[in-house]
Amino acid sequence: MSLLADAFTILAILAGIGFFAAGTAGLLRFPDTASRLHALTKADHLGLGLVVIGLLPQAGSLANTLRLLAVWALVLVASAAAGPMLATLTRRAEPET
Amino acid sequence: MIAGLAVDVLLAAGSLGLALGVIRARRVFTAIALFIAHGLLLALAWVRLDALDVALTEAAIGAGLSGVLLLAARHRLARGGSERTTEAPGRVATIFIGLGCACITVALGYAVLALPKPAPGLAAEVAANLAATELGNPVTGVLMVFRGLDTLLEAAVLVLAVIGVWSLAPDATWRGTPGAPWPAVTDGPRALLARLLPPIGIVVAVHILWVGADAPGGKFQAAAILAAMGLLVWFAGLVRVPPTASWPLRATIAAGPALFMAIGLAGLAVEGAFLAYPEGLVKPTILIVEFVLAASVAAALALLVMGAPSRDAPP
Repeated sequence: MSLLADAFTILAILAGIGFFAAGTAGLLRFPDTASRLHALTKADHLGLGLVVIGLLPQAGSLANTLRLLAVWALVLVASAAAGPMLATLTRRAEPET
Repeated sequence: MIAGLAVDVLLAAGSLGLALGVIRARRVFTAIALFIAHGLLLALAWVRLDALDVALTEAAIGAGLSGVLLLAARHRLARGGSERTTEAPGRVATIFIGLGCACITVALGYAVLALPKPAPGLAAEVAANLAATELGNPVTGVLMVFRGLDTLLEAAVLVLAVIGVWSLAPDATWRGTPGAPWPAVTDGPRALLARLLPPIGIVVAVHILWVGADAPGGKFQAAAILAAMGLLVWFAGLVRVPPTASWPLRATIAAGPALFMAIGLAGLAVEGAFLAYPEGLVKPTILIVEFVLAASVAAALALLVMGAPSRDAPP
């Protein structure tokens, strides 16, 4: 049972790291700000989500589980709000290219 | 073991790289962004050193609030037309600056490496006497009991800082509303954050304040979160800040240090020593001081970001 949980944790976190790596690659390689933001928020949402899901079996208690989920939810809200804000700013700074 | 070492090496290299970036940055905004990232990495380093209280403070105040303060300062500088890309100092000046920094680095490195093992300190005495404080968190014990005077002075300094900032107001806006009023936004991400986060933030702040007695946390971290929540609502134009002439506002800022001082003086009268807490009531007294101080510090931190009363338009 604990072996299964550990395997699940490792798989989910590896998948999460994959999304972070892809997001970082996108941040470095994508040509314009909007697509770079897209890559970053994807890493935040899915990458962190998978890491959190992977950590859930290791949380040990309901309180810790809820804390992990709260961290994910707060990052979701923050990056969902920061993304459009940055996009608006860049559109103002560099009009339609 | 190996993984821990790898993390430590990454953290050290990352914070050195970011520190270099802060110095090398030619634009003020870039330097501030890197400084905030550096602060967050430092917080992780404190976590690795098992200093969770310091990590929380570094993240909340060192990176978060200082970052916002610096960004606000940059904006004010730019408005005054005094921001320019930093001109590189001359060759001789560069050499001397480099030499000076190298000397300090070597001296600091030597001081750290020359520390005897185990490092001298009062940790053992704190642990032995912690029971007398009725607290479970040794950091809070040091801050509120063993070195209570330092904490009192720290809190008082914040009041002085707010007075200093307010004193910068021009005559026309003297006693006016702190900072430039932000236009109210009713939709979009800013309004969403300003409506969604404060209830959560207030709960988190009170939690951090409450567990501070027995676990990492305390008034400064809680106050930074409360200040951030207040600023969020202010940025969205959803609150009117009372003018600096308002007595309730002034009382809020002064209440914490005033109460702390009053309790200290009461200790002098009852127990015979300044800041001596009444026997058997140590923890309740400390908690009351912590809660009132948190409110005062939160108000002071938020007002520091808002700045002096002015008529300028917000960014």
